[in-house]
Amino acid sequence: MSTRTGDFPGGLHLDGHKTPSSGRAVETMPVPPLLVFPLHQHIGEPALPVVEVGESVLAGQLIAHAEDYVSAPVHASTSGRVVAIEKRPVPHPSGLPAECIVVEADGEDRQAPCEAPGDFETMDLSALRNRIREAGIVGMGGAGFPTFIKLNPGPGGDIDTVVLNGVECEPYITCDDRLMQERAADIVSGALIIRHAVGAGRCVIGVEDNKPKAAAALRAAARDGVTVQTVVTRYPAGGEKQLIKILTGREVPSDGLPLNAGVVVQNVATAAAIFHAVSEGRPLISRVVTVTGPGVAEPRNLEVRLGTPVADVLAHCGADTAAVRAVVVGGAMMGFAIHDLASPVVKTTNCLLVDAVADDADQPQMPCIRCGACVEVCPQLLLPQQLYWYASVRDFDKVQDYSLFDCIECGCCNFVCPSHIPLASYFRFAKNEIWAQERERQRADRARERHEFNQARKEQEERERQERHRRKKARLKDPPDEAAPADSKKAAVQEALKRAQARKEGLEAGTEGTEDRG
Amino acid sequence: MALNRPIAPLVHGDHSVRGVMVKVLYALVPALLVYVGFFGFGILIHMVLAVVVAVAAEAVMLRLRGRPVRPFVTDGSAPVTAMLLCFALPPLAPWWVTVVGVLFAIVVAKHLYGGLGNNPFNPAMAGYVLLLVSFPLPMTTWPVAFTVSGEYPGPLVSAAIIFLGPDGVASWDAITGATPLDLMKTQLGLNQVVPEIAAHPVFGDFGGKGWEWLANAFFLGGLWLLYKKVITWHIPVAMLGSLFIMSLGFAALDPGSHPSPLFHLFSGGAMIGAFFIATDPVSAATSPRGRLIYGAGIGILTFVIRTWGGYPDGVAFAVLLMNMMVPTIDYYTKPRVFGHGPQHGPEHGRDHGRDHGRG
Ligand code: SF4
Ligand code: SF4
Repeated sequence: MSTRTGDFPGGLHLDGHKTPSSGRAVETMPVPPLLVFPLHQHIGEPALPVVEVGESVLAGQLIAHAEDYVSAPVHASTSGRVVAIEKRPVPHPSGLPAECIVVEADGEDRQAPCEAPGDFETMDLSALRNRIREAGIVGMGGAGFPTFIKLNPGPGGDIDTVVLNGVECEPYITCDDRLMQERAADIVSGALIIRHAVGAGRCVIGVEDNKPKAAAALRAAARDGVTVQTVVTRYPAGGEKQLIKILTGREVPSDGLPLNAGVVVQNVATAAAIFHAVSEGRPLISRVVTVTGPGVAEPRNLEVRLGTPVADVLAHCGADTAAVRAVVVGGAMMGFAIHDLASPVVKTTNCLLVDAVADDADQPQMPCIRCGACVEVCPQLLLPQQLYWYASVRDFDKVQDYSLFDCIECGCCNFVCPSHIPLASYFRFAKNEIWAQERERQRADRARERHEFNQARKEQEERERQERHRRKKARLKDPPDEAAPADSKKAAVQEALKRAQARKEGLEAGTEGTEDRG
Repeated sequence: MALNRPIAPLVHGDHSVRGVMVKVLYALVPALLVYVGFFGFGILIHMVLAVVVAVAAEAVMLRLRGRPVRPFVTDGSAPVTAMLLCFALPPLAPWWVTVVGVLFAIVVAKHLYGGLGNNPFNPAMAGYVLLLVSFPLPMTTWPVAFTVSGEYPGPLVSAAIIFLGPDGVASWDAITGATPLDLMKTQLGLNQVVPEIAAHPVFGDFGGKGWEWLANAFFLGGLWLLYKKVITWHIPVAMLGSLFIMSLGFAALDPGSHPSPLFHLFSGGAMIGAFFIATDPVSAATSPRGRLIYGAGIGILTFVIRTWGGYPDGVAFAVLLMNMMVPTIDYYTKPRVFGHGPQHGPEHGRDHGRDHGRG
């Protein structure tokens, strides 16, 4: 299909639903009385608390520290007192509660001293990345990948282009649109920092051509070689792979990352956060959230402190929280429903879509008629009807033959299917099943290895015992000559030492195995 | 309080199986009008009969198979099958021809293979071919266009012939005659040359009298389906294109024994086949490239059967033969997955890379 720059295969023209909120400037929501900070707001390992219950904290103060490489620290977003560190509802598709630090606001909103403002051009690159890391910045477009990792191409990474994603192709969401209109200079400054960090020459901000104001604001703010390029308004132009294709004509290899195509992509909100972190020393403690949907009288974009419970946000927007029936985080195409209004706004919460119900909910699901409509719209050039067929009969080898893992779950196929088959859900389900099987298999493998190791050790000990026994018998049968005893004694000592050493190493390897995946 | 948990995507296009089927029915209206205009009311009588039998058979089969009856009976697929089959039957054929054909199409070709979406063969064509090989005589007794015969079978005469038989219809011999494709085949077999044969009154400007207009009407309906995105261009273009190229090649080499490409395109089932039969999604190939191959195969086979086979028209057989090829075609025409690079073949499908999110 299309291989031109400026376009991508498949996709949909969707109705916007954006006008209610796109015309309103970002408003700041007051600090709520109680804030909940999940330790896991990003892809990777959860952060570890560095505060204790009862401790006072300041806005911007580190409250959980990133121990692992793929992780991100968490900061308090207002001043107050830690009242609990416990499992609370969090915005996650699983609906399972997760460990959170709960802070009772003192209403004074006292700020922790900011790190000294820095000049990124003179900063050491690893110091620069570290600063972004310490500010707790993760991808704010919804994925939540720790940002500093993407800025560290590592050996072999050869990035020549920075792409800023200003394509908000999901219906309803307008927070990035407003951000681009109102804080274009911050975004451009962030872009320059990113470009510097990865040593790229080119930096393009991609904006959908239905956001002329955002594009104009960015163009006016653009400097030092940052360019703004409008892209087709066709869902999912904001998908990372699609956007790279549009702007550079390159395809991210299926099993690779954007950096394999020489590109690093950051969302515009992330770029602004990077600017605040580096040039102003401000950690990520708030973000712009679009609050919209049939359940809110006046859709708007709000600057919300991270940790603010969804219920407070909705109440602030005039919604009767007792009457709210459903809240989807993210867009109508790819978002997921939260299970509890007590879930907080986190770093990746770009949109709260209230009381939107599937507009074909009453349509019965019919069999696939192989009409191929799904094939035509799939931006990844997959064959959704084949994937569906194999996913529904749980043939997980075949779904992988049909490249299940290239599915970006954009829901385009779902949208057009005349049989109303929830294709994207089937694909999500199949992926989860395969991951679960994979984990199960790894667990079993490790258990087997451990068992085999123990078995081998027992056999070894048994062999050694018998060997000793045999030697002893042999010695008793015909006593050695004069010269030998010293030598053989020395050798025996050596051997025993070696054996002990080997056993120790073996044991260590064994226990390590267990700890790894406990 | 418990929240609902809707599953994304929450917005959908206004597509439905019924919507698709209804559009196909609309697209058949021009052809139906032309057909009634040239060949009388017989087809309408058969269609009413066929739709009633088809829907009844569908309901019974759904019940027997323990499937929800309502959504399926109202999905419109049975009436579409019934109507398409009627376009392939002689309009004054006895009533039981339709009943047998429809029952075979719905019960055997559709439901015994698993119902909507699972039938490997196009039900209408399966029904037609069963009738053709089982009852050759009534299946080859066609009326000629009233512009040729001067006889127009109205509703009463048509009904009488269909339900009581042609005995006693004085003009029966005038009404019936060879179809243009039939005539072409038999006369070529008698060593006549194409220009001589084409002088016969049943031939029109590029197809048969009446038939060419019917083909135009199918073409029109087909264009509308394309415009409405019910079908894609791949199958019609590949089928008509390959039929055109094959017939052009042979007509250029030997114009005496091969009729013109236009004759091929505007006669028999070529147009309805290209836009309405071969495009039946259930039994066709699925990927765009697969559809090109599938359509081209039908075009080529149609030409081959018409020219060297035992039947004057070959569309139905060509469609069924290519239906059999579909799994193979689908297998070898998996599109190159985005990001898999042109260097990798279609088999390079396995990988475990999680997608890296957006932003
Ligand atoms: S759109 Fe739906 S009915 Fe059509 S081929 Fe795809 S899965 Fe089947
Ligand atoms: S959800 Fe997956 S299969 Fe469906 S269109 Fe998107 S990428 Fe293709």
